[in-house]
Amino acid sequence: MDDLYRDYILDHYKNPRNAGELPGATHRYHDTNPLCGDEITMMLKVNDASVVEDVRFIGRGCAISQASTSILTEEVKGRTLDELRVLDRDHVLGNLGIPISPARIKCALLGLKALKGSAWGLTAWPGEEEPGSR
Amino acid sequence: MSAVKGDVGGVVGRGPRELAADPSLDVGRIRADFPVLRRTVAGGKRLVYLDNAATSQKPHQVLDAMDTVYREHNANIHRGVYEMSEVTTALFEGARGRVAAFINAPHSREVIFCRNATEGINLVAYAWGRDNVKRGDRLIVSILEHHSNFVPWQQLAAEAGAELVVIDIDEGGRLRRDQFEAEVAKGARLVAITHTSNGLGTVNPVKELTAIAKAAGATVLIDAAQAVPHTVVDVQDIGCDFLVFSGHKMLAPPGSGALWGRTEILERMRPFLYGGDMISRVAVDTTTWNELPWKFEAGTSAYVDAIGLGAAVDYLTAVGMERVHAHELELVAYVLPRLLEIPGIVVYGPHTLEARVGVISFGLEGIHPHDVATIFDREGVCVRAGHHCNQPLMTRLGCVATTRASFYLYNTIEECDVLLGAVAKAQRIFA
Ligand SMILES: Cc1ncc(COP(=O)(O)O)c(C=O)c1O
Repeated sequence: MDDLYRDYILDHYKNPRNAGELPGATHRYHDTNPLCGDEITMMLKVNDASVVEDVRFIGRGCAISQASTSILTEEVKGRTLDELRVLDRDHVLGNLGIPISPARIKCALLGLKALKGSAWGLTAWPGEEEPGSR
Repeated sequence: MSAVKGDVGGVVGRGPRELAADPSLDVGRIRADFPVLRRTVAGGKRLVYLDNAATSQKPHQVLDAMDTVYREHNANIHRGVYEMSEVTTALFEGARGRVAAFINAPHSREVIFCRNATEGINLVAYAWGRDNVKRGDRLIVSILEHHSNFVPWQQLAAEAGAELVVIDIDEGGRLRRDQFEAEVAKGARLVAITHTSNGLGTVNPVKELTAIAKAAGATVLIDAAQAVPHTVVDVQDIGCDFLVFSGHKMLAPPGSGALWGRTEILERMRPFLYGGDMISRVAVDTTTWNELPWKFEAGTSAYVDAIGLGAAVDYLTAVGMERVHAHELELVAYVLPRLLEIPGIVVYGPHTLEARVGVISFGLEGIHPHDVATIFDREGVCVRAGHHCNQPLMTRLGCVATTRASFYLYNTIEECDVLLGAVAKAQRIFA
């Protein structure tokens, strides 16, 4: 077995969990990794108690970015927005469980960035262009 | 727009190598000149360096030439009235002469050293463009351009109120000649076209394109960043007005590069950067400019790098550019048909040996180019994955990125086999 492209990574890449449009989403955030052209749109449906009832994402790009995002979405339902806002890179890299080289770190963290962006109620990351303006 | 998937038919043949390199290009001997090629990567694998379109490796002859300057007679050029400065100045100006001869420039004063092709293009965009491009003028580029021959003209057009016209390619990845002629006929102040595409390896018929453009009164700039390192480039034969290239893609260090321009045009241009070296006389209220080429070389030049470029030119001249080109085509003739046989591969750009260099851009179905490059990396194979500073071209091809293998004079058939093996491995992992 390949130590980077492990079976579960390839499985998440080929069969992403929580993929697709989320009707009734309350939070929606789109981000790209211009270097690779990876794209993620993260959608959350959050109730009045700030608890995430559902999550979906639409993405395209490399196996690392898509698998990382898919894995991340598996632990989002039932969490509060505050809990999502404090997730960090070590958490995501630990979940991935594979050695990520510096060149690929942005791929691995794109899903986290999209999730946190949506949890903060943003449409684009502060200081970066609005999606579509590139 | 449909994806460009290469020429229809006309796939290069296998079997005996039609374009066998002259036996005197002895790859083994050439490889021995490149210290870095001896190293291993990825935990003991042989280095297979196939990212030459991004930058090339350096032979010891170039490293030694630069090392000698630093160790033995380093002094600022054009300034000191002492022996070391004179020696270094002579080497620097000698390098200019070699570069001029290499591209058959009529005068070495027409060769302006700059950091790279990008700086050369910007020099023209500022020093020529700001005075010569007016509202309503048309600037013609192609969809094959590297961002460095695209963005400066796009921005100049926006500033001046000029129009940027982008010539498309056909399904074989070749510039659309009909469209080029039609657009030039409508009028063009400038035609800025790449000699050789870094994304697809296509070689444009720059001599004919230049003739068409000049007949219509346009000024012509040729981006030869991927041409000067790999083929014979003759500025007088092409007939253009400006030509740029980078040293680091042709065995020389980064920081070396050149702009060639016609004397008549360079003389009429204002300077690009102001400062030391580019002046003839400075009074409190006026300054007169130095003569060519120094008028465009403000401040202390990267003179050691330029001397390195001179040594690289000597190296390539000794090998012979026809041989370099033939050797690279031999590698393409070997690897391209084998790649094309692989199910699930898309090879972008020309599928023939005609008018191309050793750049092969491809995609593997279901595998992102970055994953391909990561898997290759662990096989010791260095390739580029991404948009190659060719985003308009990627959009045209209908993809966000490709994987690109690019050859140089030190690459071998064995390395092509390692590349093919790495493709198979990527497909196994993602099967
Ligand atoms: C065709 C072409 N033009 C221009 C450039 C820019 O070269 P540099 O980055 O050395 O200025 C490149 C480099 O990739 C190129 O391939």
